[in-house]
Amino acid sequence: MNKVLGNKKAIGLFILPPLVLYAIIVVLPVAWSFYYSFYSGTPGLKWEFAGIENYIRLVKDKNFIAALWVNVRYIVIVMIGQVGLGLALSLMFHFWLKKFKSFIRTLVFFPVVLPTVAVGQLFAKIYEIQPNYGLLNSILANIGLDKLVQPWIGQEATALYCLSAMDIWVAMGFYSVIYYGALLDIPGDVIEAASIDGCNGWNLFRRILMPLLRPITIACLIFSFTGTVKMFESALALTNGGPGNATKSLSMYMYNVAFTYNKMGYGSVIAIFIFVLCFAGSRVIRRFDSKEL
Amino acid sequence: MKKVKSYLIRIVIFLICVIEIYPLFWLLTASLKQQYEWTDKPAYALNAGFYIQNYIDAWTRGHMSTYFVNSLINTLVSLVFIVYFTVTAGFALTKMDWKWRKRIDSLFGLGIMVPVATALIPLFQIYNKMNLMDTRLALILSYIAFGLSLSFYLVQGYMRSLPLEIMEASVIDGCGIYKMMWHIVVPLMKNAIITVLVLQFFFKWNDLIFSMTFISSSKLKTIQTGLLYFQDEFGAKNWGAIFASVSMSVIPLLFIYIALNKKVIEGMTSGAVKG
Repeated sequence: MNKVLGNKKAIGLFILPPLVLYAIIVVLPVAWSFYYSFYSGTPGLKWEFAGIENYIRLVKDKNFIAALWVNVRYIVIVMIGQVGLGLALSLMFHFWLKKFKSFIRTLVFFPVVLPTVAVGQLFAKIYEIQPNYGLLNSILANIGLDKLVQPWIGQEATALYCLSAMDIWVAMGFYSVIYYGALLDIPGDVIEAASIDGCNGWNLFRRILMPLLRPITIACLIFSFTGTVKMFESALALTNGGPGNATKSLSMYMYNVAFTYNKMGYGSVIAIFIFVLCFAGSRVIRRFDSKEL
Repeated sequence: MKKVKSYLIRIVIFLICVIEIYPLFWLLTASLKQQYEWTDKPAYALNAGFYIQNYIDAWTRGHMSTYFVNSLINTLVSLVFIVYFTVTAGFALTKMDWKWRKRIDSLFGLGIMVPVATALIPLFQIYNKMNLMDTRLALILSYIAFGLSLSFYLVQGYMRSLPLEIMEASVIDGCGIYKMMWHIVVPLMKNAIITVLVLQFFFKWNDLIFSMTFISSSKLKTIQTGLLYFQDEFGAKNWGAIFASVSMSVIPLLFIYIALNKKVIEGMTSGAVKG
């Protein structure tokens, strides 16, 4: 048995090809980005060592700060929305729904699998005001709420919220399914015992369910966080970063700097920043695992 | 009182279903509208007829046929490799016995966190030097490499619960490692493999960032980049054709999802909860 599981040749055959691929395409570029971040210009043309100049520039760069602020607001709104609504939905499935459980779960999960660009195009038409009213505006106009008709993604005040709403719409089904799986694992007698002891709905949720669901909540928050830090595709498809820079994220700013303006060195600094933010943020969330909330 | 509550609950649940589903329903019906319906009627009106011409326009004039085939090739080829690597390397990382196992395992684990944006600039340089820019291979390699970490993670939850006794029995019956993989591990991993397959299909089919960075010629564009620049080709006013092309990118996913949704949802919950 041990001989079979310790078969060196087989291990090499199983591990090496994916490891080499992974090392070259995922690990190496991350290290390489770090190295690039100390250079300025474009590789091949005017490529020179710049030390920490790029990093100093980053702190002073107004566009970067603006993108960071957009990205942070997006992370907070979407994370709370996705995980919170996911939890609410799963509680509803579990405690309220008697019939059609799996049918409704299937329906709610469906937007998760849609292509981001397709969703972006779809919502662009939902929010549209010109040349024709889109779905949202035409419904609002029809039910007498003409005052609310507005260029939803065409004005800075609402664009980011509309984008967030779209991404929450897409992903809340995903989190509800994860939470629902976790709720099923909670033994029924725990809940029964609590209600015999006079626990009402809110206390049941706060004192029994939330502590039991904490590991899943942490996992969901990390998943949502790492997804929202990357903010790129949905914003590109819905608003292309606009109007102005109202929905331009860190990744989009990096993309512009590196590929539109060809400043690979400075772009790498932003890329490294995104990486660090992603890692540090997940670490912070994970720390709640051991502490009392 | 109880009755009122149960009606309220029904209304809330009904509303949620409407919010989740209505935009899609609107997409599919709107893709069958003619031009005049957009200007004369409100946006929420149902389609008057089945104006299939939108789909024909999108498929031919909008080059959706090319994009569709490209996406299909890239996705399927990378899926074959992802699944193969997931089963073999996933097994070696979970069940086999070797010195560097833990370290390599956590190295792969880190990949879940790596934002694609961080790797993009160097990848661009690497592919440039290797003359892989604007080729399918560049996309396929990136898809495979970035699909590994999450797939390993999903499958390892199942692998851990693979009973040692069964493997022992097969060894006593004279199985070597390869025979055991094929006859014991793969059949027992069927659900996990389907989960990985379906999830990665969604991810790869939906990829935008790689294909817009590495592909420039329109012959090789995938469906998502195609969609993104569709408006330029058709003009912002031709909603019918735009909706038809968006629907076309959604329909394959719709079918896969309807056929396999139970397996996917089961796989996701058990993988995530027990993993």
